[in-house]
Amino acid sequence: METKYWRSINELQNGKPIDHEKEESQHKKAVFSLSNKELNTPSSRRNFLKFMGFSISAASLAAACERPVQKAIPFLIKPEEIIPGKSSFYASTYMDGSDYCSILVKVRDGRPIKIEGNELSPITKGGTSARVQASVLSLYDSARMQEPMKEGKQITWEQLDKEVVAKLQEIDKAGGTINLVTKTVYSPSTQAAIDQFKRTYPSLNHVTYEPISASAVIEANGRSFGSLTVPDYKFEEADLVVGFNADFLGTWIFPLNYAPRYIQRRKLTEGQKSMSHHIQFETTLTITGSKADKRVPIRAADEKLVLAATYAKLAAKFGSSVSNVPASPVEVDFLVEELYNNQKKSIVVSGSNELECQLLVNAINQLLGNVGTTIDFSAPLHIRKNKDSDFAAFLDVLNSGKPQAVILYQVNPVYDYPDSNRFVELLKKANLSVGIFDHDNETVTSLQYIAPAHHFLESWNDAEPRTGSLSIAQPVIQNIFNTRHFQENLLKWSGNNQTYYDFIKATWLTGIYPKSDSLASFETFWTKAVQDGVVQLKASPVSISYDSGAVTEILPAIKPASKEMLELHFYESISIGNGAQANNPWLQELPDPISKVTWENYAAVSPKLAQEKGWKEGSVITINKKINLPVVIQPGQNYDTISIALGYGHTSMGKVANGTGVNAYQLQKLANSRVMYFAPVESYTATGEVVKLAQTQEHDYMEGRPIVRETTLKNYLKDPASGSKHQHEFDKQYRSLYDEPKYDGYHWGMSIDLNSCIGCGACIIGCQSENNIPVVGKKQVALRRVMHWIRIDRYYSENPENPRVFFQPMTCQHCDHAPCENVCPVSATNHSNEGLSQMAYNRCVGTKYCINNCPYKVRKFNWYRYTTNKAFDFNMNEDLGRLVLNPDVTVRERGVVEKCTFCVQRIQEKKLNAKLENKPLKDIDLLTACAQACPTRAIKFGNTLDKESIVSRLEKDPRNYHVLEELHTLPSIGYLTLVRNMKDDEMAPVGGDHHS
Amino acid sequence: MYKTEVRGTLIHGDKDYKQISTDIIQPMEGKPPLWWFIALAIALIAASVGVWAIFVTVSIGIGTWGLNNSVAWGWEIINFVWWIGIGHAGTAFSIFLLILRQKWRTSINRAAEAMTVFAVICAAIFPALHMGRVWLAFYIIPYPNTRGPLWVNYNSPLFWDFAAISSYLLISASFWYLGMLPDFATIRDRATNKLKKAVYGFLAMGWTGSTHNWLRYESLAFVLGGIAAVLVVSVHSIVSTDFAVSVEPGWHATIFPPYFVVGAIFSGFAMVMTLMIIIRKLYKLADYITDSHLIAVAKILTFISLIMGTAYLTEVFIAWYSGSNYELHTFFKARIFGTYAFEFWAMFICNAIIPQLFWFKKIRSNIWWMFAISLFINLGMWYERFNIVVTSLAQDYLPSSWTTYDPTIVEIGIYVGTIGIFSVGVLLFFRYVPMIAISEVKSVLKLNKKSKGH
Repeated sequence: METKYWRSINELQNGKPIDHEKEESQHKKAVFSLSNKELNTPSSRRNFLKFMGFSISAASLAAACERPVQKAIPFLIKPEEIIPGKSSFYASTYMDGSDYCSILVKVRDGRPIKIEGNELSPITKGGTSARVQASVLSLYDSARMQEPMKEGKQITWEQLDKEVVAKLQEIDKAGGTINLVTKTVYSPSTQAAIDQFKRTYPSLNHVTYEPISASAVIEANGRSFGSLTVPDYKFEEADLVVGFNADFLGTWIFPLNYAPRYIQRRKLTEGQKSMSHHIQFETTLTITGSKADKRVPIRAADEKLVLAATYAKLAAKFGSSVSNVPASPVEVDFLVEELYNNQKKSIVVSGSNELECQLLVNAINQLLGNVGTTIDFSAPLHIRKNKDSDFAAFLDVLNSGKPQAVILYQVNPVYDYPDSNRFVELLKKANLSVGIFDHDNETVTSLQYIAPAHHFLESWNDAEPRTGSLSIAQPVIQNIFNTRHFQENLLKWSGNNQTYYDFIKATWLTGIYPKSDSLASFETFWTKAVQDGVVQLKASPVSISYDSGAVTEILPAIKPASKEMLELHFYESISIGNGAQANNPWLQELPDPISKVTWENYAAVSPKLAQEKGWKEGSVITINKKINLPVVIQPGQNYDTISIALGYGHTSMGKVANGTGVNAYQLQKLANSRVMYFAPVESYTATGEVVKLAQTQEHDYMEGRPIVRETTLKNYLKDPASGSKHQHEFDKQYRSLYDEPKYDGYHWGMSIDLNSCIGCGACIIGCQSENNIPVVGKKQVALRRVMHWIRIDRYYSENPENPRVFFQPMTCQHCDHAPCENVCPVSATNHSNEGLSQMAYNRCVGTKYCINNCPYKVRKFNWYRYTTNKAFDFNMNEDLGRLVLNPDVTVRERGVVEKCTFCVQRIQEKKLNAKLENKPLKDIDLLTACAQACPTRAIKFGNTLDKESIVSRLEKDPRNYHVLEELHTLPSIGYLTLVRNMKDDEMAPVGGDHHS
Repeated sequence: MYKTEVRGTLIHGDKDYKQISTDIIQPMEGKPPLWWFIALAIALIAASVGVWAIFVTVSIGIGTWGLNNSVAWGWEIINFVWWIGIGHAGTAFSIFLLILRQKWRTSINRAAEAMTVFAVICAAIFPALHMGRVWLAFYIIPYPNTRGPLWVNYNSPLFWDFAAISSYLLISASFWYLGMLPDFATIRDRATNKLKKAVYGFLAMGWTGSTHNWLRYESLAFVLGGIAAVLVVSVHSIVSTDFAVSVEPGWHATIFPPYFVVGAIFSGFAMVMTLMIIIRKLYKLADYITDSHLIAVAKILTFISLIMGTAYLTEVFIAWYSGSNYELHTFFKARIFGTYAFEFWAMFICNAIIPQLFWFKKIRSNIWWMFAISLFINLGMWYERFNIVVTSLAQDYLPSSWTTYDPTIVEIGIYVGTIGIFSVGVLLFFRYVPMIAISEVKSVLKLNKKSKGH
């Protein structure tokens, strides 16, 4: 301190410029602030006695307390790659039929503990979703299938192989069918294995089944363009994005790919001066609708009417007339106008599973010339590439009376097929039924044999989610249970004893390597592919032709549906998805981005409908005499619909999933063997019961406070600071009694772009996984005791029938004048010299004063002991589940306060690496878990003292503001004003000037 | 000089010194009445409920309470402040009236001081229990340690609190105990049984009643009184800084220290009134604790009630005048017209309006009215603390974290327990210590005689 004082005086007197070399050495000192003093203590007699005294007393203390002995045995021969205490990252692939993500797996001491996005992937660009982040926990799930089974009894693999092969051969010879039901297969090697299986058993009938499919999209593309695929949607090329019940940022087909591309045109940070315009027609409020500039609530059943009217009016503008089209229930003229003005630069997508809708969408896109510009058939997607009718056809095959074998791989139709009773009946008749599952599920008990499959983190695999974009999955841990690759089963049953690894390599050698323009040898090519996790091949353009016949055919059939009945609408939730990962407590506790409800699904109704029917939040209603669900009053919900999330209500999936919510798949209807996402409400009655929902946010409005600040693009272009005028006012006004804090070398800060945040919640699970955050269960969440260190606040503007929605990630602001710090009586929370607000858990006595005095309410208290406690029987109550814990982060004891640390362990790790490399740490190397998880890169982290860092550049952005800056807490997190590209000037101020 | 003609007699009946000793010590000699046993049994049951609740809290965790991550303080802090407030009366009563040489205090101050000590003990239970890790509560004591330069945080109001309450407890207890020395000596001298003689002899610390003793006694009383007078003001001012130093809307207010001190004295005096009415009824001590005593307390309450009303209105005015959206919300939308309107108006009516009934002579001289109003004040003061602690936290800066708070059976159990502990303490005190300062009452006996020659 003293030297610094004199130095500045000298500078002041001599007017000398700052000595840069000196500064740099200071800078370095800050980097290497881990002092060497302790290590270099001279070994004097005095020190010897000191250490001895300590060790003896420590040993006697340890001996005096009776504790269970846990032995840690060192490696006799250390594996080459494992350095105790250091983690390694392996590229791999998360794949689940309907989902794909290129990932890096963090492996520490031989166990995977965290999943991060792979920045090398051209498809996901380093982003992840909540389900991808959470999938590491499902590896350590005790409800995984652990042993081969026959009729519920454990058998050996040899016995299983013998019996299954015998039966397969018998059925094949008897002229029966061997049915293999899988989710979409987009792995070339798996396909090759299936092909080989088919060569051995020519009667093989491979059926792909997805609980939530894009069947109508594929079929319509087949009809319109002669290509049975999902094309590549280039949201980044579109000036106008129009969605019809397509939650493409959250759940529709491939959000991990669409979200970053969509957001690329919505960011204003890289000098961009324009934004795409987004219009969304939807039934329930989704995160996609929340980001839209204009949102129109519609009934799902009315979607075809809106599309038909739009098509007809648009066609008229282009000079052709389409007659006999029923009127649209909502205004579409503005849409037609916008579309007409954005020819070749717009994109229209629909999430409907009705062929009519998709054909109309194709017709509109074709009319506008979007096909070929924003919609690209040359690199189609392979995920969710199935037709619903395949499964219906499979059921007919089962019913044919011939001998049948059924092999199910990772599908659970007993739970998620709308007509599951029929399936169960037919399955009983099958001569052989085998389930190849990695996890317990509802279908297991209907099957004769269970062949447990590896978890994807234990497997080799490859994937081609989009033509030309390949990736590799490599195992990061030896299989925990007695499981086997699915593909190895097929190979073995075809008499091929090759390992799947060798099989993949062979496939790549003959199939993929020749297609690449790699000049390296195959081994080098392969090694690099495994290392990077991704390989990009050149895609060749495909020419397609449009057939307008299909749409003309269906137009006359489009009739307005009866309006008298309430409509039931089904959607996929962000956290649980189709329900395959429902036994994951992290996902169950992840609040829905919109309703903030955890641990169950519910009946979302509009405020107006709730008022008319006299339903309150939590009133339990019986729908179609089948299910009981609590009501959630959902602003923005279409008036005469009730929306229900799929994926809940499991009965046999494990202790976490069972009994949370109800299974809505059983209410779905099939039309032309396609699963419909809406159905009429046949009956509804209120049971009179009112339950408390486990919500993480109960108040929805900002009350006129300038918390989320927004502006329109027009105003922004006039004045970039138009949304955050207060900032500069407050900066001038405030004086503090204390000196402004000064930092040397590093000051960690964060910048959150509210334009980029889509509210998906990937950051919450990323943080939970990184920081050992406990799951507390439904009851505790209902008591508002959820432990998440980062949350996403969601506010509505004042029109409850169709509000504007605001997302705001909220975590510890690491205030330089932190109100929490000065009130702690024992100094358990204090400020680091790098600007971090720190918690010393050992020192915390739990007065909770800091929680009260935090204006952002981001501190969390350990109300109970959440580990090894039967009352909280989630992953942290099991030895297996605790394997996911990050050894770098303390597991907090009962009675202490915790909060976001800015991932101090990651900062420290990178600092140590920088020290070894002897160079200062650049923020480019450093990401917090939330920033890493974010699919749209809304969160930026770095050193605010480094003038070149992204955060310090964003700090100077006129959009930058701090939440509650009037308190002069000097937060280290800046938010960038939300800018909407509104066409009309109708934006009513929300959270406007609070002085008024 | 006290003028009996003007002020009336302080003790009714024509008593002599011996009669006074006999009257006051009478409850301690002989068998206690039946009601005493019943009351003690009820108090012990209440106290054991508290012990159960405390056991649950410590063994399972604070999760058994109704608190959450937005409202992290609830009943335990409300009750802490409430008890501390009650604990104010005794010392305030003795000290201020001693310094002001109000002779009428003599028949009340002993019981009031006892009340202080028990109330502060009850209060001290809460801040300890509300710690997440109560077994590490000693971290709050600044002691030299082996953890490097790890010290307590002198900036934290909770540390000031700890210091203020412990010194207050120490001084109040000393003041109370030393004040009892002459009376212990009286009991010792009257004792017929050896054990009793020995115990009270020990407690009397060799008091002989010599002039020397009295001289020391008087000067010590003034010295301790002087210290305690400061503490009475400081302790609740400091308790108020727990709130005033924070940033929370409704807490961050400079009016808090005086407002809390006055509020504390208010609730303390109300509690004194409640207890005195009970004591004089049960122990038939109406000759010593006369109507005029109670009327004097009632007059003080009326005055303090006016101050309370002013303070409430000032708070509301300042919230409006500040123009701060957050303050406006807390006062107008959360408290006066909002979610917590019932609690706000319960506080306002009980504390600022009902005590104004004492303006009517009929009411302030009616024991039942006084009893009822004193209870209302205690209820109102409880609601005041509820208003402060809960409503500010439940709806503070970011609406996303707004929520409500309901206590659980465990929290209620602890509160019931402290009432039990307080009652057990008071009942035992009645049985084993003279509840009225005999020596001091004797000193005012001469004032009963009509002054002659004037």
